[in-house]
Amino acid sequence: MSKKGNTIFFKRPPRILSYAAVCGSKEKEGIIGSYADITLDDDMYGEDTYEKAECKMLSAAISLAVKKSGKREQDIDVLLSGDLLNQIISASFAARDYDFPFLGVYSACSTMSESILLGSALIGGGFADTAVCATGSHFASAERQYRYPLELGCTRPPQSQWTVTGAGGLVLGRADRGIKVVCATMGRVCDYGVTDVNNMGAAMAPAAADTIMRHFKDTDTEPADYDLILTGDLGALGSRIVKDLTWEKGYDISSNHVDCGEIIYKVIESEFQGGSGAGCSATVLNSYILTRMEAGLYKRVLFAATGALLSTVSSGQGESIPCISHAVRLEI
Amino acid sequence: MTGKTRENYNRNYLEYVKTQDPPTKHLKNCASAFGVGGLICCIGQFIRYSLSFAGLSGDELAGATSVILIFLGCLLTGLGVYDRIGRYAGAGSIVPITGFANSVTSPAIEFKTEGWIYGMAAKMFTVAGAIIVFGVFSGVLVGILYLFL
Repeated sequence: MSKKGNTIFFKRPPRILSYAAVCGSKEKEGIIGSYADITLDDDMYGEDTYEKAECKMLSAAISLAVKKSGKREQDIDVLLSGDLLNQIISASFAARDYDFPFLGVYSACSTMSESILLGSALIGGGFADTAVCATGSHFASAERQYRYPLELGCTRPPQSQWTVTGAGGLVLGRADRGIKVVCATMGRVCDYGVTDVNNMGAAMAPAAADTIMRHFKDTDTEPADYDLILTGDLGALGSRIVKDLTWEKGYDISSNHVDCGEIIYKVIESEFQGGSGAGCSATVLNSYILTRMEAGLYKRVLFAATGALLSTVSSGQGESIPCISHAVRLEI
Repeated sequence: MTGKTRENYNRNYLEYVKTQDPPTKHLKNCASAFGVGGLICCIGQFIRYSLSFAGLSGDELAGATSVILIFLGCLLTGLGVYDRIGRYAGAGSIVPITGFANSVTSPAIEFKTEGWIYGMAAKMFTVAGAIIVFGVFSGVLVGILYLFL
């Protein structure tokens, strides 16, 4: 392992052994519907509360990823997982189902990229051989925690996004083939002073732009070197802003930038700017993107999921929204 | 908390975001609020006329009409219809008494999973609490003004 700036380079890059995704009924209609391993018709997933459903989705993604990797439970050295709910209950409760150690991470919607970064660092440093990285979210449980009761008849502002119901997980390890995690850039917390909790795209875009540009600098690459620059859940508005912010600094990412939130839903109607939530980047990466990478359609992908690190308390007290983005570079 | 205050917000960026924001369709929102809100009031008036034919009058009539509308608001919330109406109608379905019924019923349904006492009953007024507080407060204020006029 070596380091330049805030980017870690892995000498013997860990590889993605397997991946799995579970998605809800609304997400099934969209682009990931035919790629996800489990698609739900019922968003309750047979449970009696939405929190339990979220936990079950996450657990299903983890067990499926482990099963597909061909590893036994005792071969897994660590599970790195987190979610959006208070005290990351979905992740810790899902970890009850397994015998391997669990490290809880919280980075809001960028949990997927943070857990891949940490997992790769553990493997790259020789502290683990196999790591599972997973995260998920549920529309109804997030709505209850961050906004209003589901049945409350209020309007959604046009900047708002729709929390994705879904979970995704992948297994990192040592192998001779598969997608490599070559390097990863740790994000800095950026806060430009956006206070509108309905405008997450605008709040998170500076963090994404900052991490992406630092990654270019640290690795001496430019946007054209990547087949895909994938952000997490900026939505349509945030994607436009991140393109403007990077263009302003001399990087033109407009031709290969794709946002998971922007592409996840088929028709953007009541979702307005697109999907959001930890499950957004997790499901899109672990189904659509990695499948296409394995098929050789993308050779080099920069995955920079973004997270808004707010709580209902901080926004209630009038604080602006600090945001973060971690980037990992995946290569075939 | 340190670091970020209103003084060191990135004003340029906030100005720029404003130019990118999709506009709220005020005219369309007003029109649908007017239409749906008016329709709810018409239904209320219809119920009122029907009840007065049935022989009710005065306070009884007003009370019975409200009770029926509140019941309908609760029923539609429970059936999962009211939030759809609300998403389209905005203030049109929030302002009438049915909207108040919705704001009490929806958290009650939502928090039922946390138990009958600390969940359903305690959190029933998370949304409606503000309406009650300011409703009573403005009632008192108007009452005082009325006393001196």
